Amino acid sequence: MKILVLMKMVPDIVEELEVAGDGRSLDQEFLRFIVNERDEYALEQALLLKDRLQATITVVAPEAPEVDDVLFTARAKGADRLIKVTGLPAGAGARATAAALAATLPIIDGVLPADLVLSGCQSIDDLDGFVAPLLATALDLPYLGLVSRVAVDGGKAEVSKEYAGGVMGRFEVTLPALLGIQGCEKPPRYVPIAKVRAAIAAGGIEAVAAAGGPGMPSIEITAMAKPEAAGHAEMLQGSAREVAEKVADILAARGLL
Amino acid sequence: MAGNVWVVAEQWKGSISDATYEALALGRELAAGLGARLEAVLAGHGARPLAASLGRSDGVLCIEHPALADGTGEQISRAVAVLAAERTPALILIPTTNVSWDLLGLLPARLGVPLVNFCREATAAGGAVEFSSLLYGGKMAATISVGGGTVVVAVLPGTRPAEAGRGGAAPEIEDVAVDFGAGTGVTWLEFEEPEAGDVDITQQDFLVAVGRGISNEANVEVAEDLAAALGGAVCGSRPVIDQGWLPLVRQVGKSGTTVKPRLYVAAGISGAPEHVEGMKDAELIVAVNMDPGAPIFSVAHYGIVEDATDVLEALAEAVRKRKG
Repeated sequence: MKILVLMKMVPDIVEELEVAGDGRSLDQEFLRFIVNERDEYALEQALLLKDRLQATITVVAPEAPEVDDVLFTARAKGADRLIKVTGLPAGAGARATAAALAATLPIIDGVLPADLVLSGCQSIDDLDGFVAPLLATALDLPYLGLVSRVAVDGGKAEVSKEYAGGVMGRFEVTLPALLGIQGCEKPPRYVPIAKVRAAIAAGGIEAVAAAGGPGMPSIEITAMAKPEAAGHAEMLQGSAREVAEKVADILAARGLL
Repeated sequence: MAGNVWVVAEQWKGSISDATYEALALGRELAAGLGARLEAVLAGHGARPLAASLGRSDGVLCIEHPALADGTGEQISRAVAVLAAERTPALILIPTTNVSWDLLGLLPARLGVPLVNFCREATAAGGAVEFSSLLYGGKMAATISVGGGTVVVAVLPGTRPAEAGRGGAAPEIEDVAVDFGAGTGVTWLEFEEPEAGDVDITQQDFLVAVGRGISNEANVEVAEDLAAALGGAVCGSRPVIDQGWLPLVRQVGKSGTTVKPRLYVAAGISGAPEHVEGMKDAELIVAVNMDPGAPIFSVAHYGIVEDATDVLEALAEAVRKRKG
């Protein structure tokens, strides 16, 4: 069984975000990048399938700062092949990313057809679309998103998709298919740093230039700013003990204690 | 921007969802601004009786087809795409919920039209629409414009009150036959309800919610202790559920539950839009976070920039002291 996992880097929002001089994009100077969290679950889902079945995992990621480390970590966890797609502009949206992948994946030897393509179901910068359904449509693959469990049996997968309030929907999906992954049966596995170092030393990331393809219509960001809050909390100052006393006083005054 | 404004009605457990009415309320404003008709699109099998509840629209386009019975995004997106290609609406509003998730991903892909995601505000003037979206976990707001042609808009929950989208006279109902060549790749099997026996967080007056900022599983016990002192329960945001520290039924927000407790203590929760939609209507919100710029402080009534665990421990003690 061949599994293709799509991963991408996104700005680390734990860091302070600033607007660039053009007033409509993020200032890249101090931006740190981390792997899109849902893509880590997509990789873990692939690894869980590989644990149970005969499978090979190819990880594909657009070039971005820190992406080599993410790819080598995937190798250390059990991925078999690592591919970096180069030539996409920094901050390319979901549309541009999906269009580039749709044009590039078919021309990389041995990547397609894959039995299963897994990608995070969303990311924090999906302003103009979602890569997974855009790519599924371009590649003419069935798509299901918000998936948190996958079991493969022959040419079909039985998958669970999250609805609200803890309700899960069970679906049968005919392979090949593309699934947008929300979660997993368990958190992404830990890999010792020594194994990552060994993967870095071994190298083996294939760099492939993005192929040109038909663009997809997109949107124009005319301004970007920190959101104006409708309101703001009254901030309580002091040590943990002091603020706890203040909160308890507020709760008592409101008849909550 | 020529064409009508559509809202794709979302069905969940046999009813039209609140998120649909919220989108209808926004759609009503946009239709007025564009001088267009507001139409609800109801796609299903045996769903037609629900059309009567979409009276805030000027008309309901009913697509009835056996292949739409299970409500998968694969099928609904095919049906709506065929109809939209024929009628070229200006805007197609879709609620951003787990029920409509696949539809809002697939519909713009099938139509080859733009998507405005994370939309929290939209205004129509002079024949054009300007959108405002939250991205980067709610840390940035983008103002967006789109060229001519149909645009699909993913409307964040809470953009308008659901009440503003209810009521109205009996809508005009148009039955439309759509030949959409149903796909066969995705088949719905069943819904699985969560196992009974766990706490129902929608019924709690006091909730202590924990997020990524509590750092490790042992600190869930600290939150449990405060919840016990208050007489409530612990719930969480997505990262805590992902780690397996709390079950999915304890998740607040998208994929989870909407809660309206008397007190909501948000500990180590940044306040991403997906979480805020599930708790913003709590009577009193107290947020603790190490990041003074965390979006949670714009919805909380009281805010504390401190280590969440330290404050939860101290608060449990202070509460117990007052309760004697």
